Amino acid sequence: MRPLTPRRITAICGLLFAVLFGVVVIALRTGAYPISLQDIVTTLFREAIGRRDDIPLEFWQVVFGLRLPRIALGIMVGAALATAGAGFQALLRNPLAEPYVLGVSSGAALGAMLSLMVAPHTAGVIQAGAFLGAAATTATVYFLGRRGGQLDSATLLLAGIISASFLSAAIMFLGTTMSGRDQRGMAFWLMGDLASPPSFHLGWLFFALLVTIGSIYTTSSDLNLILTGEQEARHLGVNVNRVKLVVYIAASLLTGLAVSVGGAIGYVGLLVPHAMRMLFGTDYRLLIPTSAIGGAIIIVVADTLARTVVAPTELPVGAMTALAGAPVFIYLMRRRVR
Amino acid sequence: MSAGNGATLAQRPVSFVVASGLRLKVEQASYAYAATDRSAPKFTLGPTTFEAQQRELVAILGPNASGKSTLLKLLAGVLKPLSGRIEVDGQEVGDLDLRVRAQRIALVQQESELLFPLRVWEYVLQGRYPYGRRLRFESEEDCLLAGNALAQVGADALRDRWMDRLSGGEKQRVILARALAQQPALLLLDEPTQHLDIGGKVELLRRLRRLADENRYTVIVVTHELNLAAEFSDRVVLLHKGKSLRIGTPAEVYERDLLEEVFEAPLEVEMRTSGRPRVILRGSH
Repeated sequence: MRPLTPRRITAICGLLFAVLFGVVVIALRTGAYPISLQDIVTTLFREAIGRRDDIPLEFWQVVFGLRLPRIALGIMVGAALATAGAGFQALLRNPLAEPYVLGVSSGAALGAMLSLMVAPHTAGVIQAGAFLGAAATTATVYFLGRRGGQLDSATLLLAGIISASFLSAAIMFLGTTMSGRDQRGMAFWLMGDLASPPSFHLGWLFFALLVTIGSIYTTSSDLNLILTGEQEARHLGVNVNRVKLVVYIAASLLTGLAVSVGGAIGYVGLLVPHAMRMLFGTDYRLLIPTSAIGGAIIIVVADTLARTVVAPTELPVGAMTALAGAPVFIYLMRRRVR
Repeated sequence: MSAGNGATLAQRPVSFVVASGLRLKVEQASYAYAATDRSAPKFTLGPTTFEAQQRELVAILGPNASGKSTLLKLLAGVLKPLSGRIEVDGQEVGDLDLRVRAQRIALVQQESELLFPLRVWEYVLQGRYPYGRRLRFESEEDCLLAGNALAQVGADALRDRWMDRLSGGEKQRVILARALAQQPALLLLDEPTQHLDIGGKVELLRRLRRLADENRYTVIVVTHELNLAAEFSDRVVLLHKGKSLRIGTPAEVYERDLLEEVFEAPLEVEMRTSGRPRVILRGSH
């Protein structure tokens, strides 16, 4: 018997942070304007100690003006989507549940687009619209996925796929009728793209994500029990309805926030939690933080590949995650997750 | 909870001890499903009254749709009685906080399908959940008590196995171990023998009898097994169409005419020298 300890969680998260740091350094180096590792380190160090004047202007522009904001955005979007995926899998008791597959990302994208049409210049309106779109889609898919009062795994996935397809069509329709400065490309809303970070300070996004991921984390012991059966969890003293409400709101909010700034990037919420389960086990007290860091790693890698593999053209980051995620989805579906 | 007194804890039986002998008191408890203004109730459990002491094994018997599981859910606090009271150790079940209830009452049902693989020891440790705060990490004491619970059901050797690789009998023992890890006063089991062969059924009932005798549990079992109930229970609650027809020792309840009427089958009841009855299916010739 080797129960989970805070020390083990810290050690594993520390290891993953080290991997994330390595990936970030590689991502900073890579691109149309290559910078040596030594120059990256020197630039970062000089910025950190406040000696910005010593940094060559073009280095500063490439590192701090272009690449670092994009990487920071990728880290946050990846952490949000992976945590939302882990949350949806527990909430819906379905190993294949994921914001993109369930249509929740498309719902968030449509919500964001509609809110842009209604109030294009109001601060936070995209995020609010995306959250409402995600929450409404989750609720719809949840109720469509029930058969005889019980959540049915296959029906739920079908409901998600149908919703995603319907919402994508609505996004395309809206995309063709929308115009103006606030409009992002269709590829952004349908596949995700990190090329244009939002206009507001990323610190706000970081704070919102920290609170939301933290609120899911407070339910992680409860989620472990809910995963073995809702009835059993109730008998063991879990307030199942409260936990489900917290996870429902938090996972919708995470999806909404991620989609509002990065578009509908798919399969991160599927790939990452499953990879973390295979590596570190199924305990949600470890799965939530490792998924958040793992999601960040995956998106930074995927985005670096997206902007370099067919340079000078850029692929949407969602195309990279879908290339990796769709085969994993099929594999998990065939294997029924042992 | 301190984790330092491991040696004494390891020897301590997993049980909840109260001074009084009376543990469960069911007073005129009734229930009705879907009793709304517009529709008549689909099923009603009439007022039921009985008591159970420490170390007692009570069998709830009856044919399908007689109200057995409804009564068990009332005892577990899953359903709230429409009228009457249900008390465990002097406290009304419905008034108990969810976690406190889980410390007093453990309900063993057929296991749901596991979503992700889980080791036996991880599963049994879940029984310690009611004793921790949110985001709790299991203490040394939790591990000892979970280990004790596994030992009590003879499943020590299974602790590192995957739950989905166990046989029906092994799984039933592990589910029981998780319930014992809750250190409940009242152990409720809903048709625990359903998927077991005859050897497994006897072994399980013998184990429950021993747990009641040695560890002062009050065990309530819902079952279809007339002969096993007669052999191992102290008291029987016989239900039929939502009514408790008779409550008493097996010898008091097992009357041929009564059982034939309830189970709608030709039955013979013979009294054994042990004082416990045996039910035989009467031949058609």
